[in-house]
Amino acid sequence: MSSDDVNKGRRRFLVATTSAVGAVGVGFAAIPFIQSWMPSAKAQAVGAPVEVNISKLKEGQLLKVQWRGQTIGILRRTDEMISGLGKVDEVLVDPESANADQPAYIHGEPRALRPDYLVVNMHCTHLGCIPQMIPEVGPQPFDDHWNGGFYCPCHKSKFDLSGRVYKGVPAPTNLRIPPYSFLDDGTVMIGVSPQGAV
Amino acid sequence: MAKSASSLAKRAGDLMNWLDDRLPVTSFWNAVMTGYQAPKNFNFWYYMGSLALLVLVMQILTGIFLTMHYKPSAAEAFASVEYIMRDVDWGWLLRYMHSTGASFFFILIYLHMFRSLLYGSHQKPRELLWVFGMFIYLALMAEAFLGYVLPWGQMSYWGAQVIINLFGAIPKIGEPLTQWIRGDYFISDATLNKFFALHVIAVPLAILGLVMLHLVALRENGSNNPDGIEIKANKGPDGTPIDGIPFHPYYTVKDIFGVGMFLILFSFILFMWPEVGGLFLEADNFIPANPLVTPEHIKPVWYFTPYYAILKAVPDKLMGVIMMGASVTILFFLPWLDRSPVKSIRYRGLWYKVLLGMFTIAFVRLGMLGMAAGTPAETWEMRVWTLVYFMFFVLLYFMSPGGKTKPVPDRVTH
Repeated sequence: MSSDDVNKGRRRFLVATTSAVGAVGVGFAAIPFIQSWMPSAKAQAVGAPVEVNISKLKEGQLLKVQWRGQTIGILRRTDEMISGLGKVDEVLVDPESANADQPAYIHGEPRALRPDYLVVNMHCTHLGCIPQMIPEVGPQPFDDHWNGGFYCPCHKSKFDLSGRVYKGVPAPTNLRIPPYSFLDDGTVMIGVSPQGAV
Repeated sequence: MAKSASSLAKRAGDLMNWLDDRLPVTSFWNAVMTGYQAPKNFNFWYYMGSLALLVLVMQILTGIFLTMHYKPSAAEAFASVEYIMRDVDWGWLLRYMHSTGASFFFILIYLHMFRSLLYGSHQKPRELLWVFGMFIYLALMAEAFLGYVLPWGQMSYWGAQVIINLFGAIPKIGEPLTQWIRGDYFISDATLNKFFALHVIAVPLAILGLVMLHLVALRENGSNNPDGIEIKANKGPDGTPIDGIPFHPYYTVKDIFGVGMFLILFSFILFMWPEVGGLFLEADNFIPANPLVTPEHIKPVWYFTPYYAILKAVPDKLMGVIMMGASVTILFFLPWLDRSPVKSIRYRGLWYKVLLGMFTIAFVRLGMLGMAAGTPAETWEMRVWTLVYFMFFVLLYFMSPGGKTKPVPDRVTH
């Protein structure tokens, strides 16, 4: 066969189709490797609700517990803390929590089933650090008109005592509220909504 | 006696011939070492590349021995590092060599990159050389980050938390992407085990491959030099560049001297001051990881702080991440942003000296501010330097084609 007999078009077609089929094969073969990075069945199974005894919590005290690997804070708010919530509305991004990640049965300024207990996912909505609670009202190094709240050490995001984010900080949204319910006056169940609520 | 010596030499020659028939040992040596003509005017800045190679070898060697004692599990990792430090014979030396080596790697790489800015080593025809180098730098950053997670201290844990969550800022795919990276819904054992695998095998393999490409590309066009002149343009009657000298023995000997000086400095840090006051190893990382408490003053290791400062300077999550990503990405394009007809700073006008000076101050100041606690005044200063950082590239693009230059000599100077 002389080189004149070579059908160039046919050769190009065969090279192209072989490459395409090969690429599809490589693509499918990559799936198991990529999927193996996803949370395993074991990791997915660890998601049980957490029962927390809050009867010994003093006024103004913050309790941190772990639920699904997240740090959940339970803050027993004093009356002054609750009445002070409205004072900072104009410097908040979303005072009504319209864009906040929270259950439908959580609304209003206190963002809680009971105003005296704030149950909140402590992870900053910026990059996931745990903000410190600084409840004292008064000037702070990071804010001259501090009204008490949470302050993130990582990137200076500020939240009020309902976990609502301040303007001009990197965190985009209010702290998240997990689903929870009260079993009785002294027990909170984190991960389970109240009966009948969605 | 003389006879046996010559017969020994003959046997060695026979062995070389036997090898050369099967593997291009001699021809390869000639091509890349004795026959490779390097410019004769290399200065201090030309130590960095070979020293970085030395540190790479050191990191691989100490790393292999550390894996023999380290346990990549959330329950055991912290204790196993302390075990290496206290109970393993010479374990402290291996560990401190590895941690000190990581910081020195970045010192060398930053100086190596700065050399490029001084003498225009990224310019045509060495654009790909620069790009391969940038990929090495990127892989090195990944390697350093992954490695910092392994001791499973407070900074390991919260550093990983912050860095992984950076990907969460990407709209739509952000959240699943962070889960994919973590292999869990939070930083956990699965994350640590995965990072260990990436740190000890995946990324080092990539770095070795990239270093090879970097060196092949370097030998293709040969090194630039402080005068930014192509020595190949001026050849003698024997066909070798007049301003060239064989890499071996001239520069191998120079580099060995550099190695000696470097090791003195390296050993001083290693034996006397391995934490460098919290710069190389942070105090918080000697506390076991605690998912309930973020350390009060969280910051990355020094070599990331310029970029971290840019992240902190922007008061918006997505924009901050974009700006930080852009600050690294833009470096890839340096060969095409720098359109100056002259390579070396020696023959560029004052405009380039001012630009590069400002850029250098901005990078150093951002690095310092990235470590600081972050008062509002500092935040404003970070914004100014972030602007200066990016303006360097913008101004370089517009000023370099027409910027004032001095005449470039035909031959290298001393």
